[in-house]
Amino acid sequence: MTKLRRFILIFVPYSWLVILFLVPFGIVLKISLSDIAIARPPYTPILDLSTGWAGFKEYLSQLDFENFVFLAEDRLYFLAYLSSLKIALISTVLTLIVGYPIAYGMAKAPNHWRPTLMMLVILPFWTSFLIRVYAWMGILSQEGFLNQFLLWTGLTSAPLTILNTDIAVYIGIVYTYLPFMILPIYATLEKLDDSLIEAAEDLGCSRLSAFWLVTAPLSKPGVIAGCFLVFIPALGEFVIPSLLGGSDTIMIGKVLWDEFFSNRDWPVASAVAIILLLLLVIPIILFQRNEQKNREANQ
Amino acid sequence: MAQTQHPQGVFAPWDDPAEKPIIRFQSVSKHFGDFTAIDDLTLDIYSREFFALLGPSGCGKTTLMRMLAGFEAPSEGTILLDDKDIAAVPPNQRAVNMMFQSYALFPHLNVHDNIAFGLKRSSMPKTEIPARVDEMLRLTRLEKFAKRKPHQISGGQRQRVALARSLAKAPKLLLLDEPLGALDKKLRNDTQFELMDIQERTGTTFVIVTHDQEEAMTVASRIAVMDEGRIVQVDTPDRIYETPNAVYVADFIGDVNLVHGKLHNDDQGRPSVHWGEGRTPIVGSMMDPAPAGTEVHFAVRPEKINIGTERPRDVTNCVRGKILDIAYLGNISTYHVELPSGEVFKAQATNSRRIARRSFTWEDTVWLWWSDTAGIILTR
Ligand SMILES: Nc1ncnc2c1ncn2[C@@H]1O[C@H](COP(=O)(O)OP(=O)(O)OP(=O)(O)O)[C@@H](O)[C@H]1O
Ligand SMILES: [Mg+2]
Repeated sequence: MTKLRRFILIFVPYSWLVILFLVPFGIVLKISLSDIAIARPPYTPILDLSTGWAGFKEYLSQLDFENFVFLAEDRLYFLAYLSSLKIALISTVLTLIVGYPIAYGMAKAPNHWRPTLMMLVILPFWTSFLIRVYAWMGILSQEGFLNQFLLWTGLTSAPLTILNTDIAVYIGIVYTYLPFMILPIYATLEKLDDSLIEAAEDLGCSRLSAFWLVTAPLSKPGVIAGCFLVFIPALGEFVIPSLLGGSDTIMIGKVLWDEFFSNRDWPVASAVAIILLLLLVIPIILFQRNEQKNREANQ
Repeated sequence: MAQTQHPQGVFAPWDDPAEKPIIRFQSVSKHFGDFTAIDDLTLDIYSREFFALLGPSGCGKTTLMRMLAGFEAPSEGTILLDDKDIAAVPPNQRAVNMMFQSYALFPHLNVHDNIAFGLKRSSMPKTEIPARVDEMLRLTRLEKFAKRKPHQISGGQRQRVALARSLAKAPKLLLLDEPLGALDKKLRNDTQFELMDIQERTGTTFVIVTHDQEEAMTVASRIAVMDEGRIVQVDTPDRIYETPNAVYVADFIGDVNLVHGKLHNDDQGRPSVHWGEGRTPIVGSMMDPAPAGTEVHFAVRPEKINIGTERPRDVTNCVRGKILDIAYLGNISTYHVELPSGEVFKAQATNSRRIARRSFTWEDTVWLWWSDTAGIILTR
């Protein structure tokens, strides 16, 4: 009985992982090793089990790393990865700078206010992500609300060009992923015992140094979690750079889209995706290591 | 008491009008919403005192300390430290350190760094800090745990870290909120003596909250007994014990027999308590005389009551009853004696003989008697 229960407990999440991650990953990996073809599906070879063992060997022999070599040779892809990393990194830092004070304010707010504040943070999720990005286009464009407001206050004499620049992309990413930064930080700050701050002040800390010496280190796990939750999706972001960014905003998500839908080069697109995944696996492993170490230290 | 060792005589600044208190609470009240945690409290604490706060849970001891440390502002009244109103002084600028009831150890720092935390923020040269921390570790017997994080040590060890951390800076005023509650008896006794020793050496003023009366009796120069945000009595331990000013204090500190009755003053003004028809009035001492007929309580400690099988001669306070129960405590026994009228008196006797050779046991009829000055008559 307990064996069966344990089996189900382990089997369910693992089958989830196999069906929704490993199988698609295998398919994409296979396509990335294939060649482009004007056909449907647009690549070759295609596994045909009716030809038997010999056919399968023939099939395997046609797979190669050509597409990866191509990616390595064309600087465009390298630059796209680099620029994605840069944008993801900068927006993660910006999100942290904006998100931490909000999370801190929420954690320090009177108890009866907290559910409301929490609601406000997750409220944007109730409307479609696309609509929210379009709304930003309305705000940031030449004739948008922001420029109208700036002109009205007299802060600027001519409208600023914000839409279709990297700045708009940063704004979009920070806005979209802010809740993912706020919530984990809020969770660690909320658990923080106020008497620790009092003890620090009692022992001679000013408010500020008590924050640096006690609050900041104790909220580190939340900060790390929040940064990964922003960095990982931001790295592969496609919608925001293509709607808010300009023609010179290169992000790997956009390249991927172009390869798939404009060039219909599925094998190269798959290779781009595989490299992106590998890029993401490194921080994810680092993150897991860090969590594991924390957990061991806390035992 | 540690202070009696002073060569210049008894330590009693509270009796000396020339002495200035280091802390003065002047009609201080603290309200949380419509709840009054501290109610119009006036109190002086003198330099070099070992001042104990005693009282039931929720009576406001921690609140009092938090106001001294600077975490709560009084709703009304003023607190003077060295004759200066401290309302505007933030906690980090008060020469006060507090040991928190919840310990409040920094979870991300090991034991050593927890203790060093305050020192690093003080004017102490960096090179002297490790030696000071080591001294504190030795004092609290934590040398072996210096590298551990707070969650890797036991509850009692954590309490000692909190104590060491608050002692490290050797502040002018130390607030200890139940500093020894989680320690075993032996370690607690040792630490009590260490604290008294530190106090002797450094001249620090201690304010300590404790639930352990014996501890308060051992270490305190004076004890304040609190009830619902008010101070009922402030006095030296012996006076608190021998001459409580209220039934509440007598009942809270130690064991006591209480008898309710009416006050009677005889021709010489000697007070006695009439406690029922046909019973000899009880004679006792009284601090503040009151008019005859006042409702009073007579309080007498069990160890002041003698017990025997024969009626003694020449005593006024004498009752007879049946032994209901005997609580054997090793060195002493407490006898619960029921009077014919139903009251139960407790009397204590040392067990100078082996149990088997005691001259009375359950159901035996015995006499209880005490001297005219053994008990005290209380009007409230
Ligand atoms: N921040 C607060 N808000 C509301 N009520 C409070 C607050 N702090 C304390 N109280 C109340 O004030 C009263 C006194 O609390 P305090 O902590 O001083 O008690 P205590 O004497 O230290 O008790 P214990 O011996 O259990 O530690 C309690 O009834 C408590 O519920
Ligand atoms: Mg308390």
